[in-house]
Amino acid sequence: MNGAPPPPLAEARGIAKRFRGAHAPALADVAIRIAPGAVTGLVGPDGAGKTTLIRILCGLLRADAGELCVLGGAPAAARAAIGYMPQRFGLYEDLTVAENLDLYAALRMLPRAEREDTYRRLLAFTDLAGFRTRRAGQLSGGMKQKLGLACALVSTPRLLLLDEPGVGVDPISRRELWAMVTALTAQGIGVLWSTAYLDEAEKCDRVCLLDRGRVLHDGPPAELTRRVAGRVVGLAGLGGQAMRGAMRRARDADGVVDATIAAGSLRLLLREGAVAQSPGALGLGTRAGFEPVAARFEDAYVERLGGGARGDSALAASYRTIPESDRPAIAAAGLTKRYGDFTAARDMAFTIARGEIFGLIGPNGAGKSTTFRMLCGLTAASAGSGTVAGHDLRRAAAQARASLGYMAQKFSLYGDLSVAQNLAFFAGAYGLDRRAARRAIGEMIEIFEFAPVLGQNAGLLPLGFKQRLALACAVMHQPPVLFLDEPTSGVDPLMRREFWSHINGLVEKGVAVLVTTHFMEEAEYCDRVSLIYRAEQIASGAPAELKATAAALSGRASAGMEEAFVLLIEDSDRRRAAEPAAA
Amino acid sequence: MSAALRPDPARLDPRRLRALLAKELTQILRDPSTFLIALVLPLLLLFLFGYAVSLDTSRTRIALVLEDSGAAAQSLAQAYENSRYFDVALLRASAPAKELMVEDRSRGIVVIPQDFSRRLARGTAPVVQVITDGSQPNTAGFVAAYAKGVLGDWAAARRPALARALAGTVTARPRFWYNPGLESRNFLVPGAIAIVMTMIGTLLTALVVAREWERGTMEAMIATPMTMAEFVLSKVVPYFLLALAAMAMCTVLAVTLFGVPFRGSVLALALVSSAFLLPALGLGLFVSTVTRNQFVASQIALLASFLPTFLLSGFLYEISSMPAWIRAITFLVPARYLIPPLQTIFLVGDVWPMFWRDSAIMAGFGVGFFMLSLRATRRSLD
Repeated sequence: MNGAPPPPLAEARGIAKRFRGAHAPALADVAIRIAPGAVTGLVGPDGAGKTTLIRILCGLLRADAGELCVLGGAPAAARAAIGYMPQRFGLYEDLTVAENLDLYAALRMLPRAEREDTYRRLLAFTDLAGFRTRRAGQLSGGMKQKLGLACALVSTPRLLLLDEPGVGVDPISRRELWAMVTALTAQGIGVLWSTAYLDEAEKCDRVCLLDRGRVLHDGPPAELTRRVAGRVVGLAGLGGQAMRGAMRRARDADGVVDATIAAGSLRLLLREGAVAQSPGALGLGTRAGFEPVAARFEDAYVERLGGGARGDSALAASYRTIPESDRPAIAAAGLTKRYGDFTAARDMAFTIARGEIFGLIGPNGAGKSTTFRMLCGLTAASAGSGTVAGHDLRRAAAQARASLGYMAQKFSLYGDLSVAQNLAFFAGAYGLDRRAARRAIGEMIEIFEFAPVLGQNAGLLPLGFKQRLALACAVMHQPPVLFLDEPTSGVDPLMRREFWSHINGLVEKGVAVLVTTHFMEEAEYCDRVSLIYRAEQIASGAPAELKATAAALSGRASAGMEEAFVLLIEDSDRRRAAEPAAA
Repeated sequence: MSAALRPDPARLDPRRLRALLAKELTQILRDPSTFLIALVLPLLLLFLFGYAVSLDTSRTRIALVLEDSGAAAQSLAQAYENSRYFDVALLRASAPAKELMVEDRSRGIVVIPQDFSRRLARGTAPVVQVITDGSQPNTAGFVAAYAKGVLGDWAAARRPALARALAGTVTARPRFWYNPGLESRNFLVPGAIAIVMTMIGTLLTALVVAREWERGTMEAMIATPMTMAEFVLSKVVPYFLLALAAMAMCTVLAVTLFGVPFRGSVLALALVSSAFLLPALGLGLFVSTVTRNQFVASQIALLASFLPTFLLSGFLYEISSMPAWIRAITFLVPARYLIPPLQTIFLVGDVWPMFWRDSAIMAGFGVGFFMLSLRATRRSLD
């Protein structure tokens, strides 16, 4: 009212933290302010110190140095007024939704008289009212997250700390969560939202960008975005392989900080002063012209962190060229999986050619992973057939498996073995002889820069390194077909670019890739995608075709893949609801 | 600083504690693996020790070398052959008897020497040689004891006739007090109860706290106003009760099914087992607080509690026959102070001074472990 900003709920200055045995500090001289009635975003690459900072703010860790004032005192003293949702939600899977709420209500000293009202309000808010007696372990990922939020909100905190609430959750659940949290800020609650999704960061009132324990930016996201304004250009009219090739060359070009594929066109972030260059000058070899595009927070983020990944993949360079073949690399025909009377995947059908990227997208629990697992021979199909590199999964499962590389959604390497031991194990498991194994391991160490972490246990690596190692283990035997299940879930944008550089490179060598992803902008890297919802393929085709279908549905031009995703799913729901009426 | 960070960790709020206890109990009831460890495993162990494992010698094979053909020697040989403890191979010379033992076809040799009858007639005490297989000390002990027992019984039966011949000679007649039938089951079953309580007390507690860390719930718990004392109590009380229930179940089964006597009082049993549960639960808590990993916690719990209870508590192997340095180690094994009172309660009766002393020692261990785990939890996430 008087124009002055309200005093912050939490304020930290000069926070430093170093873990025992670590060679670099987790946090160094970090300052942050969390204002009431606003969402403060906390972004940064893997291992930047986001979780450590949140844990210090809620009193789970003690800072080595610095001043910290949370709700007027030490965090521990304010614990009753701090709501905290850790990365893994902190739910008891054996307890029901209501029992989890009961526990947190009692621990947070919610007066008994207010309990019923609070539960009703929170369950309606999180859309969980129908699931009171369901055990938390049987909820979907998105529902678990909402319950985690409800538990953190049970005594109406003044400060809400959320540690990467969007990881592993589909776009619809993420939108719902975001809407819930912004509704809270209207009540004056201050929210700290840590995230790897920069579209979320962009929507925050204020953003704190951390990298290797230091603050690189603290202020409204638009402030950072302004720094790259006018330097982002788009190049439309390319498609599929041509687009990926252009992106690869652009990434290695001098005047380009970052190159991605977005909204069906090649998107470049140019270095300052490089604005005037033509596509030809960038070695893109095309006559089409650049169009200026609105800068996004992600552009600024990537520039602030030193630019995107290189275009040339060392992995692809060392990979063999997969011979041409008239058989499809992967084929699914009527693949169906039933568990009792529950159908997890129904009638999946698609073929993937050599050198093609095929994406499976869809909400959590829709049947993506089931389809995936049937095709790599991890579960037997109830009906239908599938082939991998021409080998039938039922008759020649062993050959089919030998010709594919698989990267699981969850970390599936040996956490108690070192990086070197994991590499050696997988080389042996894929039947590489001693010389081939030694060469392959040496290459992987060089390509993925494992040298400094060779002796470290894989389980203790930062997430980005774990994913690199998982990819290395999946491609050591140079298979013609790659299965990647959520390879970039929870990984920061820079790492995701590196990953896709490798994938694009491999595809140019003729590898066929089947990938599942939650990141809708990653769907743009695919030649074709299939949207899976309620165990069925509700839409398939090139990303541009899906977006066109969605645009036709909504009657307006939809720009992003994410919007198309939401529209197509809503349409499927509408048709499903109309079905009984029609019958 | 530490006080500011976690204000008054010992404070207890009844409502929070009740909620935590309710949560723990619900989890126990819904988790089949807890039930398996708490109820099925004890039954399995009890039946194993009650039926399958037996240290009794039922008809041990021995060689009897009869060098004397006198009437008295014949009658003694008869006594051995009639004994229900032995399966006798009757021989005339000692060389083949030795062979039998080497070939593992006999566990001992009893030699009735040439001059047996003569010495008996002369009134000099006759000598019977008992040779046992020292490579199996347990059996060797039984063979020696029972061989002597048969001799004693034989002598007693002939006492009227011997009275003159052996004027003044006293024959030792062993009597086995408290466990007259010398049934090993009677001391194995109380021991099995100790094992069961170690299992529930240490193994289960070690698993449940580590599980909270593994599943990420610990982090969310610490971030609430819950105090560490509330958390620790919520982990201790349910498993304390569960262990006592398992103990009661085992006791009832031991008495009804296996016919083990119960000569002490229920009160004494409750006292010593409660006292033992303190170190058992404390160790479990400490292990799992430090490791934060279920697999490692269960391995350490096994090494730190289960095996010592099995091997070093005097349950299977007598402490007095251990080498001195191992004997010294046994003083650090809490179960060492449980087994004797337990066996006393079952087989002898209430010996309160012993119960108080051993209970106090066990409680002391318990307090030590709890202090260690409280210290370990305070530094929580660091």
